[in-house]
Amino acid sequence: MSDTHTSESSGDVFDLSQFHGVFYEEAGENLTSMEALLLETDESNADDESLNAIFRCAHSIKGGAATFGFQDVADLTHVMETLLDRLRRRELAITSGMIDTLLESGDVLKHLLASRQSGTDAGIDCTELVARIGAFAHGTGAAAPAAVAPVAAATAAPVAASMTEAPAAASASPAAAPLAPGERVLEIAIGPLDQPRLADNVVELFGEIPGLGTIEPSDDGKPDAAQTRHFRVVSTVTDSDLLDLFSFHVSREQVSIREVGAAATAVATPVATPVATPEADQTFGLFEDLPEPVAAGVQAPAAVVVAAPKAEAPRAADRAAPASANLESSTIRVPTEKVDQLINLVGEMVITQAMLAQTGRGLDAVVHQAMATALTDLERNTRLLQEAVMAIRMIPMTAVFNRFPRMLRDLSGRLGKKLELHTIGEDTELDKGLIEKITDPLTHLVRNSADHGIEMPADRIAAGKPEHGTVTLAAAHQGGSIVIEVRDDGRGLNRAKLLAKARERGLSVSDSMSDTEVYGLIFAPGFSTAAEVTDVSGRGVGMDVVKRNITSLGGSVEIDSVEGQGMRVSVRLPLTLAIMDGMSVGVADETYIVPLASVVESIHMTASDVKSVGGTGRVVEVRNEYLPLIRLDELFDVPRSVEHNGGIMIVVEAEGGRIALLVDDLIGQHQVVVKNLEANYRKVPGVSGATILGDGRVALILDVSWLIRRVRH
Amino acid sequence: MNARANAVVNAVVERPREYLTFRLGEEEYGIDILKVQEIRGYEQPTRIANAPSFIKGVVNLRGVIVPIVDMRLKFGLGSAEYNDFTVVIILNLGARVVGMVVDSVSDVMELSPEQIRDTPEIDSVVDSSYITGLGTLNDRMLILIAIEKLMGTAEMALA
Amino acid sequence: MTSILAVDDSASMRQMVSFTLRSSGYDVIEAIDGQDALDKIGDRHVDLVLTDQNMPRMDGLTLIRELRCVDRFKRTPILMLTTESSDEMKQAGRAAGATGWMVKPFDPQRLLEIISKVLPN
Repeated sequence: MSDTHTSESSGDVFDLSQFHGVFYEEAGENLTSMEALLLETDESNADDESLNAIFRCAHSIKGGAATFGFQDVADLTHVMETLLDRLRRRELAITSGMIDTLLESGDVLKHLLASRQSGTDAGIDCTELVARIGAFAHGTGAAAPAAVAPVAAATAAPVAASMTEAPAAASASPAAAPLAPGERVLEIAIGPLDQPRLADNVVELFGEIPGLGTIEPSDDGKPDAAQTRHFRVVSTVTDSDLLDLFSFHVSREQVSIREVGAAATAVATPVATPVATPEADQTFGLFEDLPEPVAAGVQAPAAVVVAAPKAEAPRAADRAAPASANLESSTIRVPTEKVDQLINLVGEMVITQAMLAQTGRGLDAVVHQAMATALTDLERNTRLLQEAVMAIRMIPMTAVFNRFPRMLRDLSGRLGKKLELHTIGEDTELDKGLIEKITDPLTHLVRNSADHGIEMPADRIAAGKPEHGTVTLAAAHQGGSIVIEVRDDGRGLNRAKLLAKARERGLSVSDSMSDTEVYGLIFAPGFSTAAEVTDVSGRGVGMDVVKRNITSLGGSVEIDSVEGQGMRVSVRLPLTLAIMDGMSVGVADETYIVPLASVVESIHMTASDVKSVGGTGRVVEVRNEYLPLIRLDELFDVPRSVEHNGGIMIVVEAEGGRIALLVDDLIGQHQVVVKNLEANYRKVPGVSGATILGDGRVALILDVSWLIRRVRH
Repeated sequence: MNARANAVVNAVVERPREYLTFRLGEEEYGIDILKVQEIRGYEQPTRIANAPSFIKGVVNLRGVIVPIVDMRLKFGLGSAEYNDFTVVIILNLGARVVGMVVDSVSDVMELSPEQIRDTPEIDSVVDSSYITGLGTLNDRMLILIAIEKLMGTAEMALA
Repeated sequence: MTSILAVDDSASMRQMVSFTLRSSGYDVIEAIDGQDALDKIGDRHVDLVLTDQNMPRMDGLTLIRELRCVDRFKRTPILMLTTESSDEMKQAGRAAGATGWMVKPFDPQRLLEIISKVLPN
């Protein structure tokens, strides 16, 4: 089908390619839904809503593909739809082989669509896949169908055996809805034949071609006076297709087909349209005047079967058609570049507003009252605008988590292990940019748990564990961060082995290292051997790269483990990289920013509050607890002309630890736009980024986590 | 070795190119004008702790954080004063934007290959592997530098 | 202006149909499923209904039955958009009260031809 259609009469040109983009997105979402639904399907207890929803996904893709001329996609989805239709009508029982094949088809469709979209050739031959699905659909696939209708089973079974039985069954019970949907009962006359045996060849067709239907002689094998053979056929195939097939053996003029089956009442035939023969134009038709429903006995059940599951499917339906069925709220699709630009502009506006506020402070508030009020309003509106804009980019972790069911299923098969996935807190939101960057490291961690953590089923049972290994993904907000955990109930880590291995690799370790530090060795560069580095996405990835990726996002990662019971990897990330609440502090002549999220409290102090420990360390007592004290002027080597006593102490907390920072002044609290220092410079220890103050100067943002880790050693 | 290296580098310079010239101490240097984004006065950068002394810190360039390198300190040329005449050349080197403090900026000059000579074995503060040649114009000698290469080296401590 | 209600859960199909019809001067009301269609028509007059079959919440056949219960839709031409022309489909459509059917995929020109056949005058 071409993409443009010209009408001679109106001269309009319909360029359908303008709708391709929407179709690709839609198809993508349908494929995602379909995969999720397939993974959730329990073979022993598949529910109607899910099966219908899966059917609708394939059906929808097929409709669009056919309309826009994507034949390869249409052909594959057509046969999938055939299988899914039978499954949702419970004519076939779903098996895990079918699920695997449908999942595989979903992957193939993704490739086909992606190739179309990029204008390249997918180079995939779907013939085998289509045949395999066809075999499932017609019941000649690997799994034996627990068929419902006796005739359906009979027609699906190897045809050679059913040639005489099935049609007999069909004709024996004509009225009690014996025909599968789409099946017609036909009387076929073939002749006059010079050699009536030619007709036997036609009969053999039904034995050779699966799914063609059944055929039975209705003339006891003897031609009639006109040398014509008569047969009774039950088939879903159209007359024209049957004629095509028969024409291999006999000429078309010798074949006449008459529909006599229950589905074909006198009503059906006169739907002839202005356009030619019944078999030629099946594409449009008008019913006659609206009559009372006819042949209710047969049709009504079919109608009910068709209508009922669909009318009731709330949950599965909502999941199945996320884009088109925006049931509760309407949405607009916006390219991410537009959103990013919006965020940049808002960020610049925040800086300008800060400058204005700074300038405004120098004015006499009474004289310039209107200005002062306006500036206050501006500050509030700017903050609200910024929060609203940042919220646009926040999307739930589902975006990351939803790839893991499929991955674990594949890994299960490949590793020969039984793996189950639990997810907690998938609604937790994270900035889109971070979601994209955290996906690879998380994938590696999950894969690591499956590969190295979870034991083989036999070993698990021997250890008194359930056969299924469980991998748990959990996400939650904590203060200004998000914490993502990858947990498994596998064999956990062995401290001694890790230490030994580290020594082997030449890393400097000591037996006095804490458990956390020993487990953390896994992240040390050079720790993993090449044999263990599992290649997740075609690139060599090791745990050290995982850690580096996470820290480059301003995050941290830690491992906890109990040998024999399992392991937990905790990843902590800032909620967003772009904007943060900060407390600006003065240190001599310099200004630094302390992330407000890590500030516990600030206290005035004098020199006498500081106690020294071990000669060089300093601690300070806060609420009956001694905290390590860090002087920022020493940490950052800030030049001082005059000795300073006292100052402000700020207690900060991160990674489960607390320390006190000594600064000269508290300047203020405000939102800061975080600027990347590494774009043009490099990573500076102790500094997580930079920001631009109201007076245009740059201030460095303190990396509290780094500081606390440093103090620990 | 030096001449050969220069020949290789020079082979790239085929047609007249424009160079921005600037002074460091007593010497005049020239760099490819295409690498120059803008020229600014000197403003006090934000100091970064534990950075080499020739990295003065970072400044805000219309919302982008840019490191400032004092070439006079790096190469020990002249006395590094900071006053109203101090100039910062903002370089756009593709992968990064860097500002370098120099004593003064002269003009943009066009030099044809004939006006560029190989660099003899001189004792230069700038590693001669970054000198692409000596430009001569009237009685001025310009030391032509591959500034992008120079800024990318480990000793510049920018990466 | 002649007004057509187009019901299909596929956005690309809806867009294609709307574009085609609007380019030819028809006014188009779009709905994503049967329920949405009923919500959207309100008191409006509609000259023709095109509806897909497989949709969430309320499918095409149910929509047709519902529409026929409303006085002003008793005589409105309603075309089922269907992917196959089986007798079962035809019977079901007829029983629900559809005026006719049209098989997908169709091209825009065909759509316009059929609509002009089906609309009175």
